[in-house]
Amino acid sequence: MSTDRGLLDVLNLEVNYGGIAAVKGISFIVETGEMVCLIGANGAGKTSTLKALARMLPARGEMRYGGAKLHELPAHALIGKGLALVPEGRGVFARLTVAENLDMGAYHRSDEGITADLGRVFDLLPRLKERRTQLAGTLSGGEQQMLAIGRALMGRPKLLLLDEPSMGLAPLMVQKVFEVIRTVAAQGVTILLVEQNAKLALEVCGRGYVMESGRITLADTAKNLAADPRVRVAYLGE
Amino acid sequence: MKKLPNAPERKRALLGTALIAVALAVLPLVVAGTLGNTWVRILDYALLYIILALGLNIVVGFAGLLDLGYIAFYAVGAYLYALLASPHFGIHWPAWAILPLGAIVAGFFGVVLGAPTLRLRGDYLAIVTLGFGEIIRIFLNNLNAPVNITNGPKGIALIDPIRIGGHSLSAPLDLFGVTVPGVVLHYYLFVLLAVGIVFVGIRLQDSRIGRAWVAIREDEIAAKACGIDTRNVKLLAFAMGASFGGVAGGLFASFQQFVSPESFGLLESVMVLCMVVLGGMGNIPGVILGGLLLTLLPEAFRYGAGPVQQVLLGRVLLDPESLRMLLFGVALIAVMLYRPAGLWPEARHRRELAEAAAEKKA
Repeated sequence: MSTDRGLLDVLNLEVNYGGIAAVKGISFIVETGEMVCLIGANGAGKTSTLKALARMLPARGEMRYGGAKLHELPAHALIGKGLALVPEGRGVFARLTVAENLDMGAYHRSDEGITADLGRVFDLLPRLKERRTQLAGTLSGGEQQMLAIGRALMGRPKLLLLDEPSMGLAPLMVQKVFEVIRTVAAQGVTILLVEQNAKLALEVCGRGYVMESGRITLADTAKNLAADPRVRVAYLGE
Repeated sequence: MKKLPNAPERKRALLGTALIAVALAVLPLVVAGTLGNTWVRILDYALLYIILALGLNIVVGFAGLLDLGYIAFYAVGAYLYALLASPHFGIHWPAWAILPLGAIVAGFFGVVLGAPTLRLRGDYLAIVTLGFGEIIRIFLNNLNAPVNITNGPKGIALIDPIRIGGHSLSAPLDLFGVTVPGVVLHYYLFVLLAVGIVFVGIRLQDSRIGRAWVAIREDEIAAKACGIDTRNVKLLAFAMGASFGGVAGGLFASFQQFVSPESFGLLESVMVLCMVVLGGMGNIPGVILGGLLLTLLPEAFRYGAGPVQQVLLGRVLLDPESLRMLLFGVALIAVMLYRPAGLWPEARHRRELAEAAAEKKA
């Protein structure tokens, strides 16, 4: 019965804040194993889109994930279905330790694999292992971003929604965070990345969508988008 | 991450518990013998406030939801007891039936308050809860017409005291030739209940629910993303906190044998919140300390300020009643300036401050 093509299918998604339309009927898909980015300027509706997908904002339109209607699931049920959000501004639990933060990522789980997954996260992010007894609030911005990603991985996601992972980080740290994201993708996690840093996003992703005032204006492979003069002028600073 | 206690550690813990138990048991007798029964009565009130503060600590300290109308649940518990055990309606239920009912009814009111405020945080939540507290008080004040339910501002008198084994706790008990006054009997009951509530609080803190509360306090969106049903977990915090308040209210009504709306004003809510914040939000021993200090200090000022002035100045220059509020205010400001996390903060909070300070130095 499923006519879905992707792991995530979005059709005519609309998000409104009061009377103001932040997302005005966008459609896109993310296929299993893909790494897709949503780029655009501040206020284009990228974060609203991601929050709607994570069921943190009321939205209209259709959102299908692995054949299930996202509208029928509450926000807290998503991680159990393999859909994890790394929120904007990282959202680590500042007064819990690094290890406790990672534990929270497995809050919904009760299986035997948690310890093994913790080991895997520490392998990927050795910095967190060194600091596992430290309070998350005392980590640097980059480390907090790593922790937020690690915490999401503890939920064994199939689809990872990343909201502005480069925000407020030093350029060197941004590189490191993106390396991690690339590694996670290489391990088979599908990724939808929302980024203002279009250059970097288009470097790591296979496909991209450009959002402008609540609409998707361009959709293409990352390579073509990076070469598109409109994108180069508007988002790559040329 | 807790290590399993080894044998000597466990022995030390047991010894510590035994010492605390003996101290708690002897305390009222010593106080009654030296300072008199008035101070035992003050201790009784301190215990009620400790129970209240522990309840509010669940909402404010664990879940991070600022509640300025908490005293309303105390009022619900107290009036429930008053209505079901007094000549007002001619109903005389036993305490063991009313107190658990008080916990349930207050918990229900907690959900009633919690449900519409789920999406509010910080200042906005504080204002709504403040309004809720006032609504309950005003209701109690005015529900004497057209049908007299609460007896209005006159309050409800002649409330039944708690009876244990046929003996009323408000009457002195002759025990092997020694007369134990009612205030001391109440003390023992309150201590037992307070210890029970401390135990529940500690277990909650270390539980899955406790961890979910902390996650919500730290970041609600991230908590949701981790799979926490934030709505239910928040409602549970309101309900649990409120039910502690309901129990304390029932005890208060039976102890005073009189309730009136003026016992449940905004200042009382603020006072309980002060106990939590001043003692150390989220830390149970700190909250107990806060409750104890904020009940005892104003009383000490009340009784001490007059005589001390007499000795120092030769006459009573400032009215002790107004002086004690002044001193109280100064003490609060001093604590918040010099110990912003409270007198006895949660270990992790303390560590956070220390780490922040170390980082500043580096």
